[in-house]
Amino acid sequence: MTESSEPTEQPLDLLYSETEDDLRAAVRALLADRAGHQTLLGRIETDSPYVPGLWKSLAGDIGVAGLLVPENLGGQGASHREAAVVLEELGRAVTPLPYLTSAVVATETLLALEGESDAAAGLLTELAGGRTVAALAVPLSTAPDAELPLGATVGAVADAGAADVFLVLRADGLYAVPADEATVAPQTPLDLTRPLATVTTGAGSGARLAGPDAARAAVRRGLLAGAGLLASEQLGLAEWCLEETVRYTRERHQFNRPVGSFQALKHRMAQLWLDLVGARAAARAAADALATGSADAPLIAAVAQAYCSRVAVRAAEECVQLHGGIGMTWEHPAHLALKRAKADQIALGSTGRHQDAIAALVGLAPPG
Amino acid sequence: MTDVEELLARTRKLLADHPPADTDRTDFLRARFDAGLAWVHYPVGLGGLDAPRALQAVVDAELAAAGAPDNDPRKIGIGLGMAAPTVLAHGTDEVKERFLRPLWVGEEVWCQLFSEPGAGSDLAALATRAVRDGEDWVVDGQKVWTSSAHTARWAILIARTDPDAPKHRGITYFVCDMTDPGVEVRPLRQITGEAEFNEVFLTGVRIPDAHRLGEVGDGWRVAQTTLMNERVSIGGARIPREGGMIGKVAATWRARPELRTHELHRRLLDHWVDAEVARLAGERLRQQLVAGRPGPEGSAMKLAFARLNQAISGLEVELLGDEGLLYGEWEMRRPELVDFTGRDAGYRYLRSKGNSIEGGTSEVLLNIVAERVLGLPPEPRNDKDVAWKDLAR
Repeated sequence: MTESSEPTEQPLDLLYSETEDDLRAAVRALLADRAGHQTLLGRIETDSPYVPGLWKSLAGDIGVAGLLVPENLGGQGASHREAAVVLEELGRAVTPLPYLTSAVVATETLLALEGESDAAAGLLTELAGGRTVAALAVPLSTAPDAELPLGATVGAVADAGAADVFLVLRADGLYAVPADEATVAPQTPLDLTRPLATVTTGAGSGARLAGPDAARAAVRRGLLAGAGLLASEQLGLAEWCLEETVRYTRERHQFNRPVGSFQALKHRMAQLWLDLVGARAAARAAADALATGSADAPLIAAVAQAYCSRVAVRAAEECVQLHGGIGMTWEHPAHLALKRAKADQIALGSTGRHQDAIAALVGLAPPG
Repeated sequence: MTDVEELLARTRKLLADHPPADTDRTDFLRARFDAGLAWVHYPVGLGGLDAPRALQAVVDAELAAAGAPDNDPRKIGIGLGMAAPTVLAHGTDEVKERFLRPLWVGEEVWCQLFSEPGAGSDLAALATRAVRDGEDWVVDGQKVWTSSAHTARWAILIARTDPDAPKHRGITYFVCDMTDPGVEVRPLRQITGEAEFNEVFLTGVRIPDAHRLGEVGDGWRVAQTTLMNERVSIGGARIPREGGMIGKVAATWRARPELRTHELHRRLLDHWVDAEVARLAGERLRQQLVAGRPGPEGSAMKLAFARLNQAISGLEVELLGDEGLLYGEWEMRRPELVDFTGRDAGYRYLRSKGNSIEGGTSEVLLNIVAERVLGLPPEPRNDKDVAWKDLAR
């Protein structure tokens, strides 16, 4: 690449449609009603942080599990744009739900295979209806272009405890392994709202969905969609952090003034708002690039990840700091956001990995 | 009122009556103004047709395709972007008819006499005095950071007319004749070595009361028209990927492998991501405007680009190593246009220092975002209800 490259495809649509706004309102209302922060704080130290019945309401009643799945396979025939809006809301509320893992990463992986494999198409239909939850058995940290694990035991698999079926990559292809044929050993995660577990599957277990080449391509596609849409989760999380911080600093008085009237604090919140303007553009760009199948999608997803990871962590860290002592307590939900943001920074590829991908894609090679 | 077909018909008639190839540039631009095709959203008789602003693009494209001259908007940006909207909103009919046509055509260049050595971010503290004398006002004071003052025929000027009023309420807005013998313009050399700007000394300058814009004492409100248009005009252009300063340093990186280090590589990628995100944010802002849903995001763009330009040009100087130790030339020049990405990396590094100062410092813009967008409470102020003459300075 020697010249600056204007994308030759149609420009990305970076706005929200009315349908997307409506979907957002429905998801937000459900989460506010059923999965408020106090509810989560009461659950995160139990065996399952997932709010009972919430997945059924969201996936089945609102129908978000099948947004990426065509209607002939029982899905909504929507796109990554709508799924991104759901993730913004799940990020805002730091909701424990297997949405990113099952309805995005596993679903997108199966979408790559449904034309070749009836088993994949059948599983996809079950996922789209929200009746079945699937998890791709790779560590949460796996970047789209990373070396993929082939061993029988994989650690740090997100939402493994909620999964009915695992998508397991082996040397000879991709397998669907029922959860009751796998051993799931919960780990203690930094982010209690996205449980992690070690998953062990027997060598011969499960049904083969694809051969090795198709399997790798499908898994990469699943991880790319996951990385691109994780940016929207990070955007939503950062928005909540800023709104909550603004609300608190307007009310909290010290030195006979609202602390939010001090420039030292105002400038930090204004800077966060600027970062959010960028994060929103980047997250929308990634969602639209994935939705339209743009050739730019790997680049824009990497840009969105590299940028939004940093913004979410900074927003959560500022949220804790600008709340002062209360931000440091277990009872205040700021730590839920901080832990999610920090884990999300590693999830689906670190900033450095995404930057390396960008460097390769736009021809900014490292020193020889 | 005016649809696309009618605009195109008007444009074609203008081209037929005044073929660009055979018409003097100024004559063509005057004819375009008189046809209402200068700025179609302006009123009929003042260069426009009361048409939606978005339709200007239809006219511009048709004229460009026919090879018609334009009014070189980059050279008369202050007139077009700041003086014209203020004259339109606050001028009398006589003032609008006198000034808008030569302004748009570019026959008369405008400058802005706002900032003073003692009134930068706190512009309302300005000390230049205007005292009524019969049908005239007599102005004394000093202005600074005045682009184009040395070529300008007219200036928009704010001056203090009531020192006993609180600072925001004792200011009046004028159109100042830059050829008045009391106007002295001196180049203000800046850190790049050149002088884009001027200091302007005003000594007994006479301004007829007919050249006042708005009421006496209402100049601060009038100035808001000017300043809002200034902010709108910054950061509005569409940028291709790697279109700004990042494209310069990326090109150097690709062409000069011997300069690369791991530390610079990481920083380059940080900036590349930030620049691409800023580009996308600009594109999103544009889509919001087109959809008729403007948001407050515009104020983010200037801040983002200031920081980016400074960081990227600083990186580029470092990347160049031995060459980064050199500078193109320090000769004092008076550039007609500012090219933020032109010339060498050292120039870009120095010139971009102004990006976070000119048109509102980044610190003031952060206050504006905090208070107007986020709704955070203002800092306590002790200067709002005190007579200007009693303020500390």
